[in-house]
Amino acid sequence: MLSINAFNTYRIPQQLKYFKPGNLQEALEILESVEGAKVIAGGTDLVVDLKYRRVEARALVDISRLSELRFIKLGDGYVEIGSAATIREIAESGVVKEKLPLLAEAAESLGSWQIRNLATVGGNLCTASPAADTAPPLLAYDAELELVSSRGVRIVPLGKFFTGPKKTVIERAEILRSVRVPLTPRTYGWCFIKLRRTSFDIAKVSVAVLLRVEGGFVADVRIALGSVAPTPVRARSAEKLAIGLKFEDAVRVASERVAGDISPIDDARSTAWYRLQTSKVLVKDAMWRAYERFLGAGAWR
Amino acid sequence: MEMRIRFRLNGVVTEVDIEPHETLLNVLRDKLKVKSVKYGCGIGECGSCTVLLDGDPVVSCLVMAAKVDGSEVATPDYIAQTELGKAIVDSMLEEGAVQCGYCIPGFLVTIYAALARGIRDVDEMRKAMVGNICRCTGYVNIVRAVKKTLKRIGSQTPRNAVERPFR
Repeated sequence: MLSINAFNTYRIPQQLKYFKPGNLQEALEILESVEGAKVIAGGTDLVVDLKYRRVEARALVDISRLSELRFIKLGDGYVEIGSAATIREIAESGVVKEKLPLLAEAAESLGSWQIRNLATVGGNLCTASPAADTAPPLLAYDAELELVSSRGVRIVPLGKFFTGPKKTVIERAEILRSVRVPLTPRTYGWCFIKLRRTSFDIAKVSVAVLLRVEGGFVADVRIALGSVAPTPVRARSAEKLAIGLKFEDAVRVASERVAGDISPIDDARSTAWYRLQTSKVLVKDAMWRAYERFLGAGAWR
Repeated sequence: MEMRIRFRLNGVVTEVDIEPHETLLNVLRDKLKVKSVKYGCGIGECGSCTVLLDGDPVVSCLVMAAKVDGSEVATPDYIAQTELGKAIVDSMLEEGAVQCGYCIPGFLVTIYAALARGIRDVDEMRKAMVGNICRCTGYVNIVRAVKKTLKRIGSQTPRNAVERPFR
C-alpha cells in the first residue's frame, strides 16, 4: 500500500471541467451528457479523494449553490432537508433542533467548524462512508431520500440506500434532491454518541438512539450504529428484543444483542474486538442518556 | 481549459483566470500571491489554510476555486489589519502564542470569525478552534491569548470588517 506521503495534496492531479448549473434541471442534463462528470457539493470528501486519485473524474457539477437544494422545511408531519444544506445550517436550524434533536446533536459533532461550513447532508450520505455522522440519526428517524434524474423521481428509504462501504443505490445520472424525515406524534428521548480519538476525528463507533418509555416499559426504541458494519446500520434484532421490557432490562438486553446486528472490522482507526466491546457500552450509555432526556421532556415530537 | 472568476478578495473586486481543477488555496497563493494563507495538510484536517468565505471560516484547500465566483473571501493578512484582528494579534504576541508560527494565520481567521459571531465564552472558543492544529505550543498560550483578547474587547462587538457576499 502506498503511504499517503507519496501524494502531494496541494493540487488536484486531474484535468477537470467545472460546471455551475443555474438550476437542478440543468445540473441533471450536464450529469447525463458529460462523460466522467461527478456531482460536487461541499467537496470535503470528494476533493480529498480527487487529490489522492481515489476518485477519477473528468468534470465536476457544482450543486452547492442551488437554492432549490439548500433549504430546511417544516411540513405537515415531516421535516424536509435539501441535500445541499450544510451541516452547519442543519446544526443551527431551529426546526432541526426542535423536531430532530438527534440529527442536530450529530451534525454539531461532525468534523470541525471549517468542515461543517462546507459539508452537506447530501454529500455525507452519498459518500456513504460507514462512519457518516448524519446516517445513524437519519436511520433512526426512518428518513427517506428523494432521488431525481431526467427520467423522474424515486423515493428510497435510507435503510435501503447504502449497499456497501462508499456504495449506494444512486445511479450515475441521479442527484439526491432532499432528505425527508417523518415526524412521529409522540415524544422521544434521544442521544448520539461518537467514540473518537481527538475532538474532530472520524468515528471509531457511533451510536444513535431514540427512545420512548411508558410506565417504566420501553414502548419504542430505535438504535442505529456507524463504523461497525459495511454501512451504517439499524440494530433491528436488539430493538425488537428490547421493546416491551422494563427499561433497565431493555438496556441490558439491547447492549448484549447489539453484537448480532453489527460486523465490525479491524482498520487504521480501531479493531473489530474493540468496536464490538465499545458498541455494547455505548448502546447502554446512549439509552440511559436518551431516557434522562425523555424524562426531562425537552424532547422530540 | 481556463476559466475566469470574479469575487471580492479582502474588500476588493478581483478577477482572475483559473484552471478548473485548482482549489481556492492554489489560486490565492500562486495566482494572487496571498502568502498569508498556508498550505498544511491539504486535506482539510489542519486548518492552516483557513479563510473566510462569505464570512464563514472554511479550509481553502478543499474549496474549488470555481466555486467562489461571486463570493466574498477574506484572508489572514487582511484580517490582521482590522480592529478586532489587531486585538487578537497583539494578545498573541503578548502571551507568546506563536512558536514556529505556521498555524497562526489559520488560528487568527478562526478566532476572528468566532469573536465576530459574538462568542465570548472560553470553552466555546476552544470548540470553535478544534479545526486548527498547532504542533508547537500545546495550545496553552493560544488559549491564553484568546482569553486576553476577550478581556480586551469586553462585551463590545467590534465591527465585522468582513461583509456579506455582493452577488
